[in-house]
Amino acid sequence: MLDIATAYNKYLFLGNEFLTWLWFLIETEQDITKILGSGEPITLEIGNSLSLENNLGDKSKEKITIKGDQAGLEEGTTALRKGAVVTDINLLCKIGEEEYKFSIKGESFNLTGLKTPAIDTSGSEDEIEGMVIEKTFLLLKVTGVIDTLFLKYIERRISENWKNEEFQEIKRWIHVEQ
Amino acid sequence: MGLISSTHSMSRYYIEGAFEGGTMEEVRTGLIENAMPKIESEYEEISAGWTPFESPYNPDFEKFSFVFGTYFLFSLRIDKKSIPAKLVQKHMALEIEKKKEESGRDFISKNEKSEIKEFVLDVLMHKIPSIPSIYDVLWSYEEKQLIIFSTQKAANELFETLFLKSFNHKPIRIFPYTKVEKLGKFTDTQKDKILNLTPLKY
Repeated sequence: MLDIATAYNKYLFLGNEFLTWLWFLIETEQDITKILGSGEPITLEIGNSLSLENNLGDKSKEKITIKGDQAGLEEGTTALRKGAVVTDINLLCKIGEEEYKFSIKGESFNLTGLKTPAIDTSGSEDEIEGMVIEKTFLLLKVTGVIDTLFLKYIERRISENWKNEEFQEIKRWIHVEQ
Repeated sequence: MGLISSTHSMSRYYIEGAFEGGTMEEVRTGLIENAMPKIESEYEEISAGWTPFESPYNPDFEKFSFVFGTYFLFSLRIDKKSIPAKLVQKHMALEIEKKKEESGRDFISKNEKSEIKEFVLDVLMHKIPSIPSIYDVLWSYEEKQLIIFSTQKAANELFETLFLKSFNHKPIRIFPYTKVEKLGKFTDTQKDKILNLTPLKY
């Protein structure tokens, strides 16, 4: 295994590419349930923020953040065309009837602002264990979806077909269909 | 923002290693030996230790459980003293005036100034109470996974150090590379391909 700090910096691009791929899947209405091979229906939607970053080559970076509940994402796709990558995205994930909302950072996979379906926290102290187990179940469920999606992305990224098929579709989405 | 709150911020770890003896006892020992001291240290700028999830201000692991179903759940408490710069400035000015009066001079040397600063910081550090921050830690021992409800670099670094010291298990942050390495089931050939990937140009 590589040194952790080196590996973090060298492969952080995979996290940012993954978020860009998620955006592509959402915009082109692909079947997330099928990709995940899940027994429960799973959908993703872009939430209320999206951040992109473009290395300008001279150690300076261009950062674009789009915020708002119904914000248009055209500036984001324009930035993609100029070579930017998605660094942070707010997502709404529906697993069956449950709704999860969170922001995920590409380089670290840190989750912020994560809202899971509500659990009943009005119980007595004796019921704390039940609350903890229920909450943990929800948290592990949504992190499991993210993990599986990322590993699916990596599987596709190293597949023989990637360059000629899915990568071309992503490029078409960025350059033609916007 | 901890486990039982409406909004969470969290980072995840893969936990390497396994206990040779009874897991529960080893975890209990690690928590007790590295629990937050009940009596606050007057001079330490930062102190960190484990506390029970249900009782962050009374770190008593005999009284409160850390086992919830098949998970271990406890909290990291970090007590930090923070002296406002303006307070240091005020006390420095007062001490400098006092020194000038005592010496009968209308100036003080650079060395005297740094001695005064050291003295002022020492006095204020002693007087100012620590501000506690609590970060819940959820450890799924069976799955070798852990969530800490923090995305703050300093808190996460303190967590990593204290966790290794307490349990002799190395917590490895989950990020793109470690997710492939620790959570994926890739063959060596596939891993080689992944390691050779370079950023896409759309």
